[in-house]
Amino acid sequence: MSVPVQCRHDETFVLNLGPQHPATHGVLRVKLTMDGEYIVKAEPVLGYIHRMHEKMAEDGNFAQFMPNTARMDYLHALAYNHGYCLAVERAAGIEVPERAEYIRVITVEMNRLTSHLLWWAAFLLDLGGFSPLLYAFDDREQILDLLERITGSRLTYCYFRFGGVYNDIDDEFIAGTYAFIKRLRSRLPRLYHDLVTGNIILIKRLKGIGMLSKEQARRYGCTGPVARGSGINYDVRKNEPYSVYPEFDFDVPVYNECDSMARYMVRMDEIEQSMRIIEQALDKLPDGPVRAKVPKILKPAAGDYWASVETARGNLGHRLVCDGKKNPYKLKLRSPTFSNLSCFGEVAEGMLLADALAFMGSLDLVIPEIDR
Amino acid sequence: MSIVEETRRALLVLFPELAAVEEEARAAAQAEAEIQAAEEAAAAEKDENEMDALLAERDAVRLDAESAKQSVAADEDNLEAAEQEDPAAEKKEKEPEEEGPRENGIVLTDHASRGTDIDVFCDPDQVVAAAGIMDEAGFFLEAITGVDWIKEDKLEVIYDYNQYGQEQCRVVVRTFVSRTEPEIPTIMDVMPSADWHERETHDFYGIRFTGHPNLIPILLPEDADFHPLLKDFTP
Amino acid sequence: MDTNIWRPILYLIGFMAFAGINAAYLGWCERKGAGRIQRRTGPMEVGFQGLLQPLADGLKLMSKQLLVPDGVDSILFRVAPILAMIPALTSMAVIPFAGNVQARAVELSVLLIFALASIGMMAVLLGGWASGNKYSLISAARSVSQNLAYEIPMLVTVITIVMLTGSMNLEEIAAAQQGGFWNWNIFPVASHSLAQAIIMPVSFIIFFICSVAETNRAPFDMAEAESELIAGHMTEYGSMGFGLFMMGEYLNMVVGACLITILFLGGWDGPLGLSGGIWWFLVKIYLLLFTVIWVRWTYPRTQIYKLLNLSWKILIPFSLVNLLLTAAFIKVF
Repeated sequence: MSVPVQCRHDETFVLNLGPQHPATHGVLRVKLTMDGEYIVKAEPVLGYIHRMHEKMAEDGNFAQFMPNTARMDYLHALAYNHGYCLAVERAAGIEVPERAEYIRVITVEMNRLTSHLLWWAAFLLDLGGFSPLLYAFDDREQILDLLERITGSRLTYCYFRFGGVYNDIDDEFIAGTYAFIKRLRSRLPRLYHDLVTGNIILIKRLKGIGMLSKEQARRYGCTGPVARGSGINYDVRKNEPYSVYPEFDFDVPVYNECDSMARYMVRMDEIEQSMRIIEQALDKLPDGPVRAKVPKILKPAAGDYWASVETARGNLGHRLVCDGKKNPYKLKLRSPTFSNLSCFGEVAEGMLLADALAFMGSLDLVIPEIDR
Repeated sequence: MSIVEETRRALLVLFPELAAVEEEARAAAQAEAEIQAAEEAAAAEKDENEMDALLAERDAVRLDAESAKQSVAADEDNLEAAEQEDPAAEKKEKEPEEEGPRENGIVLTDHASRGTDIDVFCDPDQVVAAAGIMDEAGFFLEAITGVDWIKEDKLEVIYDYNQYGQEQCRVVVRTFVSRTEPEIPTIMDVMPSADWHERETHDFYGIRFTGHPNLIPILLPEDADFHPLLKDFTP
Repeated sequence: MDTNIWRPILYLIGFMAFAGINAAYLGWCERKGAGRIQRRTGPMEVGFQGLLQPLADGLKLMSKQLLVPDGVDSILFRVAPILAMIPALTSMAVIPFAGNVQARAVELSVLLIFALASIGMMAVLLGGWASGNKYSLISAARSVSQNLAYEIPMLVTVITIVMLTGSMNLEEIAAAQQGGFWNWNIFPVASHSLAQAIIMPVSFIIFFICSVAETNRAPFDMAEAESELIAGHMTEYGSMGFGLFMMGEYLNMVVGACLITILFLGGWDGPLGLSGGIWWFLVKIYLLLFTVIWVRWTYPRTQIYKLLNLSWKILIPFSLVNLLLTAAFIKVF
């Protein structure tokens, strides 16, 4: 019979958190060296769902990689669609009709809402609150139904095309979206903020936990809500405007507390900002075609191109290297959570297991995106 | 001064000869300005005796300036290409691999068409210094990746830097290493985030980052001895 | 003589049935309650409104293999679930459901219940230790420190009650509170002084929090903590080993609710002077159980050190102050 826990002389032990663990939301594994319930050293181990998308991109032509984009960040798939389209359009010099740009913004922001709602639900689940999960899924379901109507899928969208989108939106979609925003606006303060954000247990568990300083965030290349929770005013939509984002009036929520609560509040505020963007886009929606005439086989000029978009998790970059042939010579995906997670080891040191899991939840990890 | 220009000046430290050339160009420009001032002064004074002396001096300075100008001509072209949108120069940027080995230096690129602002090409042993400059300038590391130029028998290593400021400035630092012995110093000591990016690049291209304490596969299986993004990789 | 033997046996059979049904159907109530709170229906498939679901779950658990993994301490591993179930069942024997409805009248029944509750904690410790799983071990350590911390304010509060009543017999404590809610220990304005009545609700809240923590229920379910420790001490258990742990948990909840009802809510006494009876007792314990379920599905989990701080820094001082004040009031008034 073996000894249950092998204690070394310094009385630390190794705890494998994952790859199957309820709090890692996927197949992330963290090798923890523990001293009792305190973490001495945390070392994330990645690659359990690595699929080598970058090689797949090199194998097919430009359009053939489109469906892959949705399978990395499955929670904000349309942003990956968008990022890849921007990179290819930049390389091939394709102009996108204005209506298509508006539709892109509307759908991407709706997808961002689903992503934040799901994060909220899963985060509360990490903290042991089960009910919010179903409230958030209730709302998320409405968006998925709307998106399903026009994109044809509910999770792994392949809706964008080079030079536009696949399908025009209809009146029913517009009406449904307005109705949904009205509904979420009425539910946010009561169901989300009164019940959960103001909860004393939640505040006690998040305030001052997982301190990620501004300098640390920069040195680890954090972007998105993680950086904004550390007082960094950085949002690709504002700093490096793409698509028609400059035409909308929205704020970038920034909190200076650097703790998990700040990251939580950033995302909650972003839900409201996304709703503002969607409303403005629907109000201003121009008429016109939704797809430019684009040759079936693209052969962009040789050179390398970078395109960044803001996903729900941060700055997603596509580096596209072309050699004048019909397939990408090289496609590099800069996934935001890969960088965001890299600070985990340093920050989690000395934390309690429960706090480290709360911190991990506040990073909003999507494992397939990290592993690609 | 815009952040792009500031960063470009900061990065010039990497290239002493370029910096010297630029310094000379600046000195030449200054000298010309001096000449102009002197001419104006001369015109004002209208003293013929002094005029002769001045003219002699002016010729000497002008000669200096011209020789300096000639020596910078090639690089000046490069520097101003993007700003002037000279079609020939742009073509040259877009097809580095067809131009043969690119010269070390700094190129400003058009953000709207390329997505980057500054393109730095340097020697492999200069990436640490480049990272140090970027760190000091408040940049963060966006990504590290490689490109396999199998025809030229070379691996390109690309570092993308970006900053949080409201003004856009994305810097690309690139360098070539040989395909048979791909080695490059790690920048992990300067940018801790490079840890994972370098491990990933090592996974995919087999580029060894010397000095990296933990260069084990990160995304590939822990016993992987293949590098899938090399063009001659067959599964 | 005969009646003396048969009475406990009959009662025990009755209580066993009561306990079994409670353990099974509290699970159903919990799922239905959670369903209501979460705007869904809960179990609906087996029987009307899923009423046969506990039966189906029980059958499923019983028909599964009792798996003992490699590397576990097999004796302790098997003993632990039984230890979780037996003390809770035994406690039932001394609980007076109504005036004369009690399996065995024991003079020191309060002490007996607390002694048995401590054994229940051993089940978590042994199960966690014997599993040979690091998560289970952390869970065991948590559970011990938590139970240790929360038994102290609980016992101090009980001493307050014992001082007020002058007895350690649950039946006598309940009998002393008869005749309307103004006599109940939660607000004993009629039976004791007004000053006493003002501090007693605090005692009630302390006791309620402690009993929730003692039964390892959310938001204090540190031992189970599924998002941190997977299922804590139950991680390695399947089949009826798991089933017994679950039944033990629900039974502990029932015992806790019974205890609160007797100590603070007048036992079987009807409010407003209505005639008492076992139905009032049942109404009270189920209201308490519903509250516990309600809390579980509303709040996120606390964190172990904050939980311990709550006990050592807030509950214990407050309960001690209450004890002192009670002693003073008894002397003065």
